[in-house]
Amino acid sequence: MGSMASAKIVALPMVDKHSDPEPAVAAVKPVAVEVSAAETATSANAPIAASEFPVPEPEVVPRVSLTQVLRNLLAKVTRDRIITAALACISIGALFLFWYLGTKYRFEFYIRFKNVPTPYEVYQQLTQVGLSNKYLFNIAISVRRILMGFFIAMAIGVPLGLAIGKYQRVRDLFMPVVEVLRPIPAIAWVPMSIMLWPNNEASIVYITFIGAFFPILLNTIHGVHSLDGVLIRAARCLGASEFRLFLNVILPGSLPHIFTGLAVGMGVAWVSLIAAEMISGQFGVGYFTWEAYSLVDYPAIVLGMITIGFLGLACSGIIRMVGSLLMPWLAFAPGGKR
Amino acid sequence: MTMAVAEAQTNKGFIDVRDLGVTFGANDNKVVAVENVSLNVQPGEFVSLIGPSGCGKSTLLSIVAGFVKPTLGEAKLDGKAITKPGSDRGVVFQQYSLFPWLSVRKNVEFGLKMAGVDQSKRNTTARALLDLAGLLSFENHYPDQLSGGMKQRIGIVRALATSPQVLLMDEPFGALDTQTRVVMQEILTNIWQQFKISVLFITHDIEESIFLSDRIYVMTARPGRIKAEIKVPLPRPRRAEMTDTPEFMNLVQELKGLIREESLAAMAPEIKDRGLSGFGMKVGPKGVGEIF
Ligand SMILES: Nc1ncnc2c1ncn2[C@@H]1O[C@H](COP(=O)(O)OP(=O)(O)O)[C@@H](O)[C@H]1O
Ligand SMILES: [Mg+2]
Repeated sequence: MGSMASAKIVALPMVDKHSDPEPAVAAVKPVAVEVSAAETATSANAPIAASEFPVPEPEVVPRVSLTQVLRNLLAKVTRDRIITAALACISIGALFLFWYLGTKYRFEFYIRFKNVPTPYEVYQQLTQVGLSNKYLFNIAISVRRILMGFFIAMAIGVPLGLAIGKYQRVRDLFMPVVEVLRPIPAIAWVPMSIMLWPNNEASIVYITFIGAFFPILLNTIHGVHSLDGVLIRAARCLGASEFRLFLNVILPGSLPHIFTGLAVGMGVAWVSLIAAEMISGQFGVGYFTWEAYSLVDYPAIVLGMITIGFLGLACSGIIRMVGSLLMPWLAFAPGGKR
Repeated sequence: MTMAVAEAQTNKGFIDVRDLGVTFGANDNKVVAVENVSLNVQPGEFVSLIGPSGCGKSTLLSIVAGFVKPTLGEAKLDGKAITKPGSDRGVVFQQYSLFPWLSVRKNVEFGLKMAGVDQSKRNTTARALLDLAGLLSFENHYPDQLSGGMKQRIGIVRALATSPQVLLMDEPFGALDTQTRVVMQEILTNIWQQFKISVLFITHDIEESIFLSDRIYVMTARPGRIKAEIKVPLPRPRRAEMTDTPEFMNLVQELKGLIREESLAAMAPEIKDRGLSGFGMKVGPKGVGEIF
């Protein structure tokens, strides 16, 4: 949006230039002079490109005048934002209304609201239990498990994915195993994992790892494969050794796909973690939620659910934030995210 | 400030290609891309390679760049056989090949970074080169923020940053509009004269090859061979106005004649059915030949 707005600002001299009716060859010189003059005029605070011979400047590219762009951005975005925010309120509000009405009138038609706690009961639960040590401890345990499983998956998945993507032989060696293990959902690993690992904690982290690992691995491989070969050739003839090629071209070039993998992996990791905690757990928000069900503490169930939702949201939000910090160029990519 | 960059390399950059042959694939889907090609580029010379598309121009360049190994014959740079890519040969590709995740200046610095040059020296050199390309004010932009012509200019100075002995260019202006192209050609001749390095330039544009080159090799349709070698006696520095002179026009006509036969031969399988007589060509058992 920003670049479109700024393109408009400098569109005028361009129109002049192209509607010049003179024959192409004769037009080159005068155009060049006119354009570079226009450029230096618009770039008051940019260093002036002075070269020893006159370098003709054929294109006028949108020069970013910061205040102007910001103003345009603000003018557009606020109106956009208002609508977005209004719609968000409507959809969240509708959800709460449905819940509220369902519990208020004890709605019973196939789905049963008989035992569902009211929003107010859940709110009360939050104020009572929400700050108790037990609740916070459960959250801390779950977050620790997620972080361990996720980071181990990342530490193995990304380098392995890069190697599999790059080398045919590594691919030949690892892909059969990957293809065999991948269709097994992380939850199906629960019994095996309990047998395999010496303690409960390790087996839950392992299940979380399994959930995160395959999305990260496969997206990394895909990232390497979708890297434009000309970039690798360009790096090679600029003198990049094999190792430097990995570090300076293949890794940054695959980064957008790697981050897709991380985001998906984080989601699956939470699913796997909660299931594992419910089945085999001690502690954790999954366990908290399941325990509440066993103890017929219905408001706590909903509190557990909401907690899980928030934690998942926070984790994927952090990943997205880190992603856009690490990949500022994506803002300008054609068909980019912004 | 350009002194830091433009070190004259007077007797280096001699490309010598001998009896080169390249075959892709095996058995049934064997493609002979290049056959029996010999050519050379003298130190400091600007040589173009022109031919119909699919005749093996890119393949030939890939061999000199070191991406592809020849099936037969060899390619040498300053007497040493070329075996792999290296920063002694700068390459500019037809596709935009800037690293999208690096700023313009970091792109230009890339080769120096790979060579282990320290940050401040890299910075100085890159800025001098960007100045030369008229793009210093864009040093902190990302490639996706630039136009095609700007990207190619940066591609050229990025290839020059490591002070290579030769510059290999594969239809670098092929994707640009005519207006931009003409300006880019002038910029390229200017840069070339400052750096005094050898250039092997691939194109399918006749005017472009004449305007830029000291010498032009014309290739045949696949399998690519050298059909003719033409000297361009036009004086330097070249100017846009020269394209209107009779000498220039004559060269264009001469090259057009040579190329047309090859383009028709390249397309022969497709247009044979509709008859080539309209083109002044006939199709015999050995392919396409001229009637007149
Ligand atoms: N890696 C490859 N494998 C198989 N065939 C190839 C390969 N590279 C090029 N060719 C074939 O070789 C011929 C010459 O290609 P190329 O050198 O790209 O031509 P040009 O650049 O002159 O258009 C084409 O017919 C192309 O299909
Ligand atoms: Mg080609």
